[in-house]
Order: sequence, then C-alpha cells, then structure tokens
Amino acid sequence: MRRRHFLTVAASSVGGLLVYSLDGKPQRIPAAGSSTIRVPLRFFTEPEARVIAAAAARIFPSDETGPGANEAGVVIYIDRQLAGPYGRDRYRYTQPPFEEGLPEQGYQGRATPREIYREGLRLLRGFRDLGAAAQDSRLHSIENTVFFQLLRTHTIEGMFCDPMHGGNAGLIGWQLIGFPGPRMSYAEDVERYYGRAYRPKPQSLEQILGRPVKPFGEEP
Amino acid sequence: MKRLPPVDAVIVGGGWNGLLMAKELGARTGLSVLVLERGEPRRMQDYVEGMDELDYGIRLRLMQDISQETVTFRHSLRHSALPVRQYGSFLPGSGVGGAGEHWSGISYRYPPDSFELLSRTIERYGAGRLPEDHSIQDWGVSYDELEPYYARAERMMGISGKAGNLRGRKIDGGNIFEGPRSTEYPTPPMKVPYLAALFRDASRRLGYHPYPLPAATISQPYRNPDGVIRAGCAYCGYCERFGCMVGAKAQPTNTLLPVLGRRSNVRIQTGAWVRRILVSANRAKGVTYMDQQGEECFQPADLVFLASWTLNNTRLLLLSSVGEPYDPETGRGTVGKNLTHQISIPAAMAFFDKPLNRFMGAGSAGIAINDFDGDVFDHSGLNFLRGGSIYTVCYGFRPMANFGVVPERVRSRWGSEWKKEALRYYDRTGRISFYGEHLAYKGNYMSLDPKYKDRYGDPLLRLTLDWRDNERNMAAFMASKAVEIAREMGAGEITPFAGLKRYDVTRYQSTHIQGGTIIGAHETQSVVNMYLQHWRVLNLFVLGASAFPQNPSGNPTLTAVALTYRTADAVIDRYLRHPGALI
Repeated sequence: MRRRHFLTVAASSVGGLLVYSLDGKPQRIPAAGSSTIRVPLRFFTEPEARVIAAAAARIFPSDETGPGANEAGVVIYIDRQLAGPYGRDRYRYTQPPFEEGLPEQGYQGRATPREIYREGLRLLRGFRDLGAAAQDSRLHSIENTVFFQLLRTHTIEGMFCDPMHGGNAGLIGWQLIGFPGPRMSYAEDVERYYGRAYRPKPQSLEQILGRPVKPFGEEP
Repeated sequence: MKRLPPVDAVIVGGGWNGLLMAKELGARTGLSVLVLERGEPRRMQDYVEGMDELDYGIRLRLMQDISQETVTFRHSLRHSALPVRQYGSFLPGSGVGGAGEHWSGISYRYPPDSFELLSRTIERYGAGRLPEDHSIQDWGVSYDELEPYYARAERMMGISGKAGNLRGRKIDGGNIFEGPRSTEYPTPPMKVPYLAALFRDASRRLGYHPYPLPAATISQPYRNPDGVIRAGCAYCGYCERFGCMVGAKAQPTNTLLPVLGRRSNVRIQTGAWVRRILVSANRAKGVTYMDQQGEECFQPADLVFLASWTLNNTRLLLLSSVGEPYDPETGRGTVGKNLTHQISIPAAMAFFDKPLNRFMGAGSAGIAINDFDGDVFDHSGLNFLRGGSIYTVCYGFRPMANFGVVPERVRSRWGSEWKKEALRYYDRTGRISFYGEHLAYKGNYMSLDPKYKDRYGDPLLRLTLDWRDNERNMAAFMASKAVEIAREMGAGEITPFAGLKRYDVTRYQSTHIQGGTIIGAHETQSVVNMYLQHWRVLNLFVLGASAFPQNPSGNPTLTAVALTYRTADAVIDRYLRHPGALI
C-alpha cells in the first residue's frame, strides 16, 4: 500500500463568500482564521496534486473576473473521481479488441482515466517551475491530447459540482455564475423575473435535504 | 436451466410500453402477468436525492450499464463497426420505468400525413423526388385510427398543452398544423420561462404560429382515469436524465406502478436479463433469462410481449432467430430494417444582453413552431423533403454541461479570456433547437455484430447509420430560420448550427431511435402487423418505437404508448377470445 498523501492548503484559500463591488468587480471574502486544511489524497501523490492544481488554475484562472480552480478545490474533485469507479473506467465498455476508429465513433482507447492522467503528468513534468506564460504555452502544446480534453472537462466539473464531490468548495463556483444549486420549486418565480437576474443564495444538496448524500458508486 | 412455473403473459422490459401492457392486462383480465426487467427497482422517493448533476446528468445513473452491453456503430457497409464505448448520441434507460423515468416529457402526436408518408409524398411530388436509396413506408395504421388512443395516452399522463385543431376547428395559440383532436389537453399549458417567452413573441411577430410544447411535466395537480393523482410541476430544472422528485413528470413509476401495485396477478421481476425468446413451430414458448444470481431460467408463457426499447427488441429477435434478418444488399428480410434516429440540432445559439435565469424550467417547458413541419410548407423548390419543429425549451440548464459556451469571435476555450466571456454569457445564452424527420434508407439498419459481445457472450447489436443529403439540407435550412428568429428575439451575437456531416455517436441528439421491428400492412415489408403482432409468431407482440417505419420529427413516446393501448385492446377484446391473427 502506498504512503498516504495529503494536500495541505490554507483554509482562507478555498471557498469563501463572493461579493460584488459597486463597479461590478467580484471580491472573495475568505473564511476567517488562519488555519490550514489537510485533505487526504485518494489517487494523486502530493506533488502530482500540485501539478494538476497548477494546470487547472491556468484553464480556469483566479483573476479580476473572480476566483477559479484553486479556490474551488478542483484538484480534490479530480482526485476523488480518479480514485473512484469513474477512474477505473466503470462507466465505459472496455471489452477488446481496441481498434483505431473515426472521430464519429468516439474514444476507442484502452487507457482508463487514471492511466490518461499518469501519462498527462509525464507531459507536465517541471510544470510548476514555469511562469504563467510558459505554463500556458506548455498547455497549448498538448491541447489536442485526450489528457488535456479530460482535464478541461474535469476542471469545469470541479468548479460547478455539488460540494459532496470535492469541488466547488464553499459553493464558490455557483456563487460565481449565480447558479442556486438544487432547489425544490421555482413555480412562483419562473414567470416573475423576465429580463432581470434572479439570484437566490446557492445551497448544496445536503443543505436543502438536511442530511448528507453519498455520491454514486462511492465505496464505504 | 431452471424451469419456472408458467405464466399467461410474459413482458420483456418494464418501461412505458411494458408496464402499460401489464396494467391493461392486469386490470382488465384475470391473466397472470410477469414483467421481466433487467435493471433495478425504482421508486419516486429515490429521486429526491437525485438532484445532482454529476451523478445523474454526467455519469448517467439512470441509464443502462454500458460496461455490460453496448452497440457497435459504422457509417456504411464499407466500414468496420466499433463499439460505442461511452454514451453520446442517445441514452437508453434502465430499471423499472426505463427511459420513461429520465425523459423530458415532450409529448407530440405525429401529423396525419406522416402515417402515409410514402403515398402522400408520391401523390404530391411524384416518385422522382424521393431519395434514390430511400426505404420509406406507410404505417398501415392511420392517424384517425390512432386518435382515440392518443387521447387515452394523454389522459393517462395528464399532458399539458393547448389544442390547435379541435375536431377540425383551428384554434389560435395551439398548434394549428396538428391533426384533428377529439379532446382538449387534460391540463392547461405550462408556465413560460423567459427565453421561451422571447421565442414566442418573436416568432409571432415573424408571422409564425407558436404554441406551448405538449408536456408530461404537468402544469397543475391532476387525477387520471385510473385514479392516480400527481402534483403540478415545480420548474426545478431536473427533468431529462433525472427522475421527478414531486411526481409531476409522468413516469411509469408514478403513473402506472400505483395501479399495478393493487393487482395480485401482476408481478415485476427485476435483475432479469432476457437472452432469448424460444419459438418452435411458429409459436413463442416463453423466454430465457439470467437472474440476479447468474442462474439461467426458462419462463414459459402463452403470450410474449417484447417491450425492451428499440435496440433490444430488434436484438432479441435477431438473437432468437425469429424472422429473417434484413439484408441491405438484396433487400430481403425485415428484422433490423429502417433504422432511424431523429435530426436534433442546436439550430442557433443566441447570445443576449439580459440574464435569462436559465436554471428555472422543466423538460417540456417551452414553445415551438410547426410552420416548417412535415408538408405544412411546400417543398417544390427546396432541396429536401419534410421538416420538423423549431422550438426552445427551458429544461433547466445546469452548469457542468452548459458552462463555457461563448460567441464565435472568442477563439480560446480555456484561460482568462475564455473565462471572462463564459462568465458573461453563462446565463445569457439561449438555444433555438430543431427536431426534424429522419427518413428511412436502405443502408441504415441493424444487425448482429460479428466481433463484440455483451457480458454473457451474446453478440452486440450493430448500427449501420449515416445522414444523407435530405437531412443535411433540412438542417441547414432550419438553422437559417432559427437565426432569423434569434435575431428577432434581440440576440446580439448568433452562432448558427455548423451543419450535419457524418452521423456522430459522440454528440447527444435525443434518445429517439426507431425501427428494426417495423409495422406495416404487408408481411414482406414489415416485422409486425398493424396491431404490433408478429406476422408469423402470432402469440408474440413487439411494442415500442422499434415499430416506427421512419422517424416523423416529433418525440416518439406518446405515439409508442398510443400503439400499445391499441394492441392491448385488440389482445383483450379479440385475441384472448379467438387466439390467432388479428388481421
């Protein structure tokens, strides 16, 4: 069994409350205190997690338009997905033979998401030593790989998933786009906000149900 | 093999059609009825925890387990087929309720002329206008014959809408191009989300005839003729790919199970994977299936109903050697013939200045125009036949699947510039969609794959399928109409659909696959007769959209259910008294 790895981050660097200044600029108010969070990693080693986090942060950067992959904890989402049934290709037909096909026939590779990330990490060797511009050009050079396509998809998923899956920490992603999350009814609202923004405060599935929900296929 | 005690009727598949047949037989006869469903039990209570986009919308928790069985796909006889390894262009359901649990609920009737497509097209345009390699057929059953069953299906589900043609009287605000209806919809139209209201007003200004989509996500509480009461829609935006947690969306579990639960002569066996129909001397003896413990069982039955969705209905007939497989080179045989999908495209993406609050809505909360449906408009000067509906539906856009769409001028798909534009347009992007008819062609068909197998070693079904110029030209024409509507709606930037090229299993279209066990008036051209009864094996009935000779643009569920009602009447009123051919 491999040594247990943890990702240690400042509590103030993830989640938080998003507010908008008078000129419409988003400001994140971090959670109070100066504690750190130690998140146990299920798939990545700690250095691997930092590389993936750095790449996700170039795809969905933290900038003047608001927080990004780092504040949402996207790498935690990816780590959990790869550790679970998805990472082992539980949701794909994996009978051989594996043959090359046309793009219209869909992905035909043998590699599982885990293996695709292992290969991707090789492509990103030394990534964290690069400056932002050099990181971007490295990513541009691998844009057409299966790995990059997955990483981009997973970064969006990790920004906007229900927090039970490890991403969207503190609902920061939903705050950013004004998505309220699951909600029992809009019957009274659906014809009331024509042409103007209706932005109820986001809530997670656990918050609206008042009890935790277990993700699909997660082992106890 | 374990031999089980015989039943009067065995039904393969527990979706809309299988459970409806079970309800009709169970409630109106004393027959013992067994439904074999390979998925798991489902209950409405399960769905309250299901408002999770990742597990349900992305990982597709309600769908068939693709790791166990899939289909293979190729464009033509000249290509080699490869397995569809992950879901893309369609999403087969599984478990009790089948795809009827995760559907959107848009419940069209088909236009009258679509049932006589071949005759009517030749009558109006001459045989020379038909595509060279078409295999279009008439259904053998007319709209007028089906109308009472459409009405029954609508009452059972409580469909919301507004009639546009009540016994021949055209009514403004409904779909005036529909066939004559004997009754108004059971419940009034749904509320209209903002984007749909923009579409409605703009299309009316352009001289079209917008109407509210007929919706199984009902607008208000409703009690159906079986005494089943359902709630009105909450517009929560978790419909397609999800089960309804308040029971407003008609699903087999909330509309049929309450009736079935009261019948002691109906049983539903889950985890039962049917592999063969046993037929000897033109008589179905029953079916064999693997149970949950992996034991193979033989279930004898006097009546066999296949209701396991288009692809599996066809596959089971092929695996069981019932009937002659279709051969596209000779044109002989019928099983697997006339595979059609549906043209389903984002005809125009419209980018607005104002927020749309797209998270509010329902799978069938929307507005459509049928001014370009079927033969409503003249095709004499056009490079295609037939048409479909241009519409906008506010199904509740969730962020994982929808974030990141930006106008064409934005070149990047990641990084700061993309993020800025994607954030700006996340709730300001509206999709104008188009559903269009997919004609049947000699080369589009289903057969058994020679190479790839399912979990039990049975050959997978192979789809040979591609678009032709009729579909490509129709999609281009409709995209141009959608752009005009989007402009009238006030969109600043508009991205028209890029065009249909080759059939692509990776782009979600719709879960509307038809054909393979088609209906018809002649044994040489169809698998089942006009009552969905197998031409030769008279105690075998094949239910569902596998019976459709081609796709007539709209969504198939209501028509499939109407046909099942008609079969149930014929079986109960006639076949049980005098077993034999119904025609």
